[in-house]
Order: sequence, then structure tokens, then C-alpha cells
Amino acid sequence: MTTPDTEPQSLYAAREPIFPRRVKGNFRTLKWWLMGFMLAAYYITPWIRWDRGPLLPDQAVLMDMAGRRFFFFMIEIWPYEFYFVAGLLIMAGLGLFLFTSAAGRVWCGYACPQTVWTDLFILVERWIEGDRNARIRLHRQPWNWEKLLKNATKWMVWLMIGLATGGAWVFYFTDAPTLLSNLLHGTAHPVAYITMAILTATTFFFGGFAREQICIYACPWPRIQAAMMDEDTLTIAYREWRGEPRGKQNVAGNGDCIDCMACVNVCPMGIDIRNGQQMACITCGLCIDACNDMMDKIGKPRDLISYMALTDETRERAGEKPKSVWAHVFRPRTIMYTTLWSGVGVALIVALFVRADIDVNVTPVRNPQYVTLSDGSIRNTYDLRLRNKHGEDRWFTFSATSDATFVLSMDGDQGLKVRVPANETKTQRLFVTAPKDSAGALAERTPIRFWIQDIGTDDIPSTERVSHDTVFFGKGK
Amino acid sequence: MCAKQVKKVEREVPTTGHTWDGIQEFDNPMPRWWVWVFYACIVWGIGYTIAYPAWPLINGHTQGIYGSTERANVEADIKAFDDANAPIKAKLVAADLASIPSNDELKTFAVSAGASIFKNNCAQCHGSGAAGVQGKGYPNLLDNDWLWGGDMEAIHTTITHGIRNTTDPDARLSEMPKFGADGILEKDQINQVVEHVLAISGQEHDATLAAAGVTVFAENCAACHGPEGKGDRTLGAPNLTDAIWLYGGDRATLTYTVTNARYGVMPAWNTRLSEDEIRAVATYVHSLGGGE
Repeated sequence: MTTPDTEPQSLYAAREPIFPRRVKGNFRTLKWWLMGFMLAAYYITPWIRWDRGPLLPDQAVLMDMAGRRFFFFMIEIWPYEFYFVAGLLIMAGLGLFLFTSAAGRVWCGYACPQTVWTDLFILVERWIEGDRNARIRLHRQPWNWEKLLKNATKWMVWLMIGLATGGAWVFYFTDAPTLLSNLLHGTAHPVAYITMAILTATTFFFGGFAREQICIYACPWPRIQAAMMDEDTLTIAYREWRGEPRGKQNVAGNGDCIDCMACVNVCPMGIDIRNGQQMACITCGLCIDACNDMMDKIGKPRDLISYMALTDETRERAGEKPKSVWAHVFRPRTIMYTTLWSGVGVALIVALFVRADIDVNVTPVRNPQYVTLSDGSIRNTYDLRLRNKHGEDRWFTFSATSDATFVLSMDGDQGLKVRVPANETKTQRLFVTAPKDSAGALAERTPIRFWIQDIGTDDIPSTERVSHDTVFFGKGK
Repeated sequence: MCAKQVKKVEREVPTTGHTWDGIQEFDNPMPRWWVWVFYACIVWGIGYTIAYPAWPLINGHTQGIYGSTERANVEADIKAFDDANAPIKAKLVAADLASIPSNDELKTFAVSAGASIFKNNCAQCHGSGAAGVQGKGYPNLLDNDWLWGGDMEAIHTTITHGIRNTTDPDARLSEMPKFGADGILEKDQINQVVEHVLAISGQEHDATLAAAGVTVFAENCAACHGPEGKGDRTLGAPNLTDAIWLYGGDRATLTYTVTNARYGVMPAWNTRLSEDEIRAVATYVHSLGGGE
């Protein structure tokens, strides 16, 4: 009797470790540059300074949670303007749709943090343990001092990278130099340490050990992307009609593929691209580099594996000329995504430039709708939320335009003037009175428009004003 | 060196023996990570039971070694807020009453504190929007008409001691006679004085009866409501010439009021609210639009 009948095998499939071989080529070079650029942007951005005057932080990119502001160079976003962030997210979404429908999973292959950090971690691994064969040997040999030392060194470097990653993240949320000093002195807020610890752990684990499993098992995006791709989408494919049957070069009838496994050995996902398109392929392009290198060596034409679309495959197989890259990239679908994408972008930019530095929200007090005063006049009350986005205190005055006659008044003895502190929101109650038996008092409702004028300060004159439409409730019939 | 294509071996998976419509239920083991998370949860649960209140008993529940309770947490939170507010409350109590509305810091605090005190204690009669109950004798606090005065001092006194209650000797007190029920005025005289009140408040009236009512008013009502019917705040006597009526200003309601009188009562709040709370809610009422 064989074992499977008597005792059930473990159904748990352990991860088969992947040891990607080093590769040189155009895509690898491109990926090095992209990695360098993206990591540099991530680590350097929080340290860029941007002078905003004495009252505001001078960090160019800052998510100020405590102050409820988002700073991005010259742009300052208040919580009620969150639609800008929503718009950016929509643009990011449409951008992904566009790139995916045009060139497949370029996000996964080149820009995804999981890919970039895994690439970095593999680089470290290679520096310490050597290339593929050396790493396999090390992996198979029993634990000894050499293996322990190499692994410990590798893990230490990974932890350092993880710490730097988590550390850079928290700098986006508070003033970076202050936080760094606090972190070093051990006086930073516990949230900073906890965030750093969590991000260090996830970076260490995801980049060092989980790697391709994140893409295959944890990430929803590879599955969603299938819906974005069609037969015109450029993706990485193996020219089966040219390569098969694979085997030795000197055997007549064999294709160009010599079955050297170079494409499999360099793959960070551990897959064989010759099996066709598959979910685990992140289209990083390294198999193209590996195969081209091999084709050059054996004197065959390049691009046995290359970027191409499904339609090219059928055309080439039939001996026709494939469509040009541009014909793949410019088609109704991508043009539509581009139009939508730039439409949202233009709308956001316009909204950004036309927004005023002051703003008002008017909430009519509707409990009760109106109050009868002793002389028989009718009064409505409005709560005004005034926002002063300037870097200094400003005085605001109020006026109203309407078909009927109204008298404006405010609690207190300042007249119709209120001081709103710099960079703050202030709530002010405004009373609007319609004289006895006037049109406004007798009508059930009268449209009224409030004007809020920023009269500036002594040094900074201003005539900026904003309006808000609302309704005055009278006694009615 | 070449990686070999590993053929996946089809294995017999044991079944539970359950079959529905030819569909069998596989008896696959749980994923290893799932099992470990499950064990970890058990360990965590034991730890939680030891540390925190967890299991209901017939009388109460297990306490846990930390003795942690939500009630104590809330009490600590309240105490923390009270402690944080203590300095400004002290300032509020020490301040001159009339100066509070013009002091930005005190006013901001008092109005927000007063708003919540008002909603908890005053809204039952005066309404959550402080508009009172029209025609039912619960005064509207938003308008510019005050029975006992609308400056900070007067509002503060009214809230502290209340009106016509039996518990506070310092409560504001006055009583309108029941002119009809107690037989002080004849029915005709009541009709005349009602027409007079309609006249001085600018409403539609019978001029002959109103003219006759002038004398009745002067002899019976003017003592409190004033010769011109403008009221008297020291007695809480309403102004009869304005557009605001506590119980209603039409002929029928006025006749009822003169015949049976009115006796609105407000409790004293110094037994339930602290001085800083009374001052806060007074400032809030003062800020509603009618403050003097």
C-alpha cells in the first residue's frame, strides 16, 4: 500500500523559494532608473522646504492631521475641499485604467511599491549571498556559521531598509526635522514609533519573505486588471510560433527556443512566460532582457519574448505584418480614458485657481423659522461659517441683496464686522430683520443673497468678496 | 539545473460522507495560517478573561485583575474635562456679569457650555430652539421682549431663583387677580377692557367699548401694566401694546386671561445648577438675539 491511501498528505503547499538570476538589458536598466527615482522621491520629498510665512508649516508636502490641512507646495487644501483629493484619486484610478489598457500591468512591473521594494531586497540579497546559484547552494546547505552570518547580515540590512521606509512615511505627517530630532531623542509621539514599527515589520516581511505571494494571493489588482485588458493591449508574450518546438539548435525542425531556462531563472515571480499569459506575471520585462541576451549569443534575431498584443500574435503567426505600437496605444478605449483623465485634471486645476481665499457656509436657523419682535417685525437667524485662508487675521463685513428690505444685525457691539483669525474658521450668528408688514415679513419665503467682504487689514487692503444664496422666511399668508 | 515542470498529483481528498444532489463535501484541513490564528485567538481570549471583565454571572460579572470598568473610564473622562475647564469656570464666576458678553474668551466658552445646559434643562419648556411655546405661556427667549428684564443681571436672577415657585423665597413673584372669576369686574367691564387692550395693541376693535374700557383699565390694570399698558418689568407685567403675546392676543384669549388670570411658574435653578452653569446658560440666552 502506498502512503496516500493510509494517511492523508498535508494539503498545505509550502512556498517554493525563488532565486532570480541577475540580468542585464534595456528593461533592467529602465527598472534601475525608475527604482532610483521613486525611492529618492519617497525619501527626499518630506525634506523639501517651502516658505509659507510664520504661522504655517514650511514643509512642502505635509498631511497635517492635527491642524486638519493638506499642504502641497503652493497648494493648501482644507478639509471641506477634500474633493480635490477625491479628484486626484479618480485621476489615479483612470490613469491606471489608461496604462493597463494600453500597456498591460506596467504598474505592477515597474511602479508598485511591492515590486520596487522587493527588487531592492533582492539586490541586497545578491550583494550578500551572491547570484542565483550561490543562493541556491546556501539555501540547501545545512545551517552553519557562514549561512547564519550571511542570513543575519541580510536580515539586518532589510530591517534597516524597513526602518527607513517606515521612518520616511511618518515624516509626511509632521514637520520632518523636528520629528527626526524627537525620534532620535526618544521624545516623539508614540503613534510615530508604532507606525514606524508596523511599517518596518510589513516592509521586512513583504519585501523579504512574502514577495510574489503578495501579488498572487493578497493583491486584488491583478485580478481587476484582466478586465482592463483586451486583444490590443501590449503585454509580454513568448512567440510560440517561432520558438517551438524548443530544444537543441543543431536538431533540424526545432524552433529558436533552446530551452535554456534563462527567462524562468530571472523571473522574480518564478513563472515560465512560455506557458502564456498568466495571473502571476507582473510584466517586469526581465525575461525579455534574459532572452535577448541569449538570442544574441546564439546569433538568432531578438524578441523571441517581447511586448506585443494578442492581435499581433495571430497576425505574425499568419505571416502578416503586426500593427505598430502606436496603433495599439491609440485606440478608442485609451483615447476615452485619456479624455476622461484630462477632463478631471483640467476641472481640478480650474477649481484650484478660481477658489477664493475666503469662504462662507450659511446655515439658516430653522428652529424656529422666524421670530416676531415686539414691534411686529420678523427676524430670521443664520449661522455663518467664515473661513479665512490668509496667513493673517482679517476683518469681514456683511451685506445682503434681496428684492425686499432687510436690516442686518449681529450680537455684540462691533457692528457688522467680525475678525476671523488667520487660517481659521469662525462661526458668526447673523440676524436679518424684515420691518413690520414689509414685503419680506409678509411673504412666505424671500430669496436673499449674503455678501461677505474681506476688508483686509491696515497693511493689506482687500476687496475680495464671496456670496451665498439662501432664503428668508416670513409669516406667509 | 533546469527547473522541472512539476506534475501536480491528483490526490483523493477525503469527504465527510455528506452528499446533497450528488455534491460531496470535501474534508479539507484548514489552512495552516488559519489554524494558528485560531489558536492565537484562544490564547488571547484567555488573557483577556484574566485581565478584563468578561463573563456574566448571576449577580454581576467577572472583574478581571485590572478592575477596569467602562463606568470608571467615563468618570475619569468627565473629571478630565472638568479639570480642564476649571480655570475658565472660575474666571466666569469671578467676572462681572454684564461684562461677560463682551469678553471673547468667556463668551465663547459660556455660549457653548450654556447651549448644552439649555438643551438638558430648559428645552423642556422653552423648546430646543429657545422659541418657547407660542400661546401656551412658555416665553420665547429669542425676541426682544422680556417680562422680568433681558440684561445679564436680570436673566441671571430669573434663572437662579425662578418665577412664582414655592421653593425659593427669592423667586420673582407677582400675581394677576382673577378679575372675572373672583367677581372684581362685571362681564361688561371685562368686554370693555378687552376692547381697550385690542385698541392699544393696534388690533381691530370696537371703538365705543374700547373708550369705555379706558376707565376700567386705569382703575384695575394700570397699577401693574402701566397707564399706557407698557407693562412693568419689576412685576413681570407684560407690555400689552407690542406684537408679542405670551398666551395669545385675540379677543377670546384676552377675555379668558382677564377673567381667570395667568400664573406662569419657573423653578429655581440654583438647587440644580452650579453658579458657573447658571452664568453660562444666562450668557447663552443673552446671545440668542434679544439680550439687552
